[in-house]
Amino acid sequence: MAERLKVHVDPDKCQGHARCKALAPELFELDEYGNAHEVGDGTVPAGLEDKAWLAKSNCPEIAIEVTEE
Amino acid sequence: MSDVSQPAAHPPVTDWLHDFDHTDPRWTDDPFPIWDQMRAASPVVHTERFLGCYLPTTYEAVRQIANDTESFSSRRIIVRDERPEVAKNAAPPITSDPPDHKPAKQLLLPPFTPDAMKKLEPRVRAICNELIDEFITEGKVDAAARYTKHVPVRAIAHMLGIPESDGDLFIKWIHMILELSIKNEMMLKQAAEEMTNYFAGHVEARKTKPGDDLISYLLNARDKNGQPLEDSHIYGSLRLLLIAGIDTTWSAIGSSLWHLARTPADRERLIAEPELMPIAVEELLRAYSPVTMAREVVKETTISGCPVKPGNMVLLSFPAANRDPRMFPDADKVVLDRRENRHAAFGLGIHRCVGSNLARMEMQVAIEEWLKRIPDFRLDPAGTVTWSQGTVRGPRQLPFLLGKAM
Repeated sequence: MAERLKVHVDPDKCQGHARCKALAPELFELDEYGNAHEVGDGTVPAGLEDKAWLAKSNCPEIAIEVTEE
Repeated sequence: MSDVSQPAAHPPVTDWLHDFDHTDPRWTDDPFPIWDQMRAASPVVHTERFLGCYLPTTYEAVRQIANDTESFSSRRIIVRDERPEVAKNAAPPITSDPPDHKPAKQLLLPPFTPDAMKKLEPRVRAICNELIDEFITEGKVDAAARYTKHVPVRAIAHMLGIPESDGDLFIKWIHMILELSIKNEMMLKQAAEEMTNYFAGHVEARKTKPGDDLISYLLNARDKNGQPLEDSHIYGSLRLLLIAGIDTTWSAIGSSLWHLARTPADRERLIAEPELMPIAVEELLRAYSPVTMAREVVKETTISGCPVKPGNMVLLSFPAANRDPRMFPDADKVVLDRRENRHAAFGLGIHRCVGSNLARMEMQVAIEEWLKRIPDFRLDPAGTVTWSQGTVRGPRQLPFLLGKAM
């Protein structure tokens, strides 16, 4: 069975580049200032694992963590 | 009368590692081999020019400086021959340090979110097509003068609620502030005064008749104590929005079209795979990042093992960082579908460009509409491409022949 992934945005590191929202809109949302946080508890629905890794590897501030449960 | 002729030349550079000069014509024309040479020698290089200035050459050194706001102040953000006195509220938040920075930045962020930009997108698409209509039948065009310049000018004028037809004035002030003032600080003062006088009329008009625009937004804004912003803050932010919103995106769209004119394979790929466009825009931003910011060293520290001393400026070269092969494999190649791209074109850390979502939208729309109408184009061998000097790099003459080559 494949591991389930979780994403998390470190709010102290995020500067609102919004790359994660552009690449994985199902997993991230933005606040009124354009800073990002994960949708819900960050659990990555099956089939969106690649988008989670893509968001992480395009965050200029290294603010996104992807963990395997 | 304002003199907007070219600034006086500096002595030519013979030693890029110890005497660099980002206004040297060779740097302006083709900085990439110079950065490679510097990076191979050291993560930080220094010049005695500009009263002393460092340049970090690696992505890591640039990141470290951008994140160390205690040692590196933003009170001066352009490297010049002189160090003019620092004005209060010069252009907040770009010229602000903590703790003033955050409230000034948060004030400007809501009108520039991706959702806000979506509402502006139809207007920008229409602007692009109006511009293309004006030259498409002529067979050739200076795309910098007739297309890439006007897209951001008209978009930011639209957002500020000022006449799109005043664009030539905005371009003059930008040239004075970002290029001429490097070697003649009077230009800075003159341009700032002219801009404040220009905005004063619009600000007064909004006080009696507010509109759905950024000037009205700033007039309605309240600081953390619930008070209206000081006039100097409002004018500083208006100057920033006008300056930062124009020649930066002008440059990014221009460099992208310059690349596509010379690279038919990339042109064809973008036409065949339009869904690639958002990622391709990021790669074009990485490869041809227009903006080099600056900091002033205010505390002695060490960057990648190199000691840096107060009294010096730092040329914070995001464009050079984005060409660092340790961060980006094949850094000197444009890979339209580059998967891992933490480029720093919009800066790193707390000073991330407020207008990044606007710039991205304008770039994507301007390239899309151009390719829809003009799928085939190339550099005009009878013309010359010229590049702007100093803080923002991009094509200022971009002669193209339109249509398939015979």
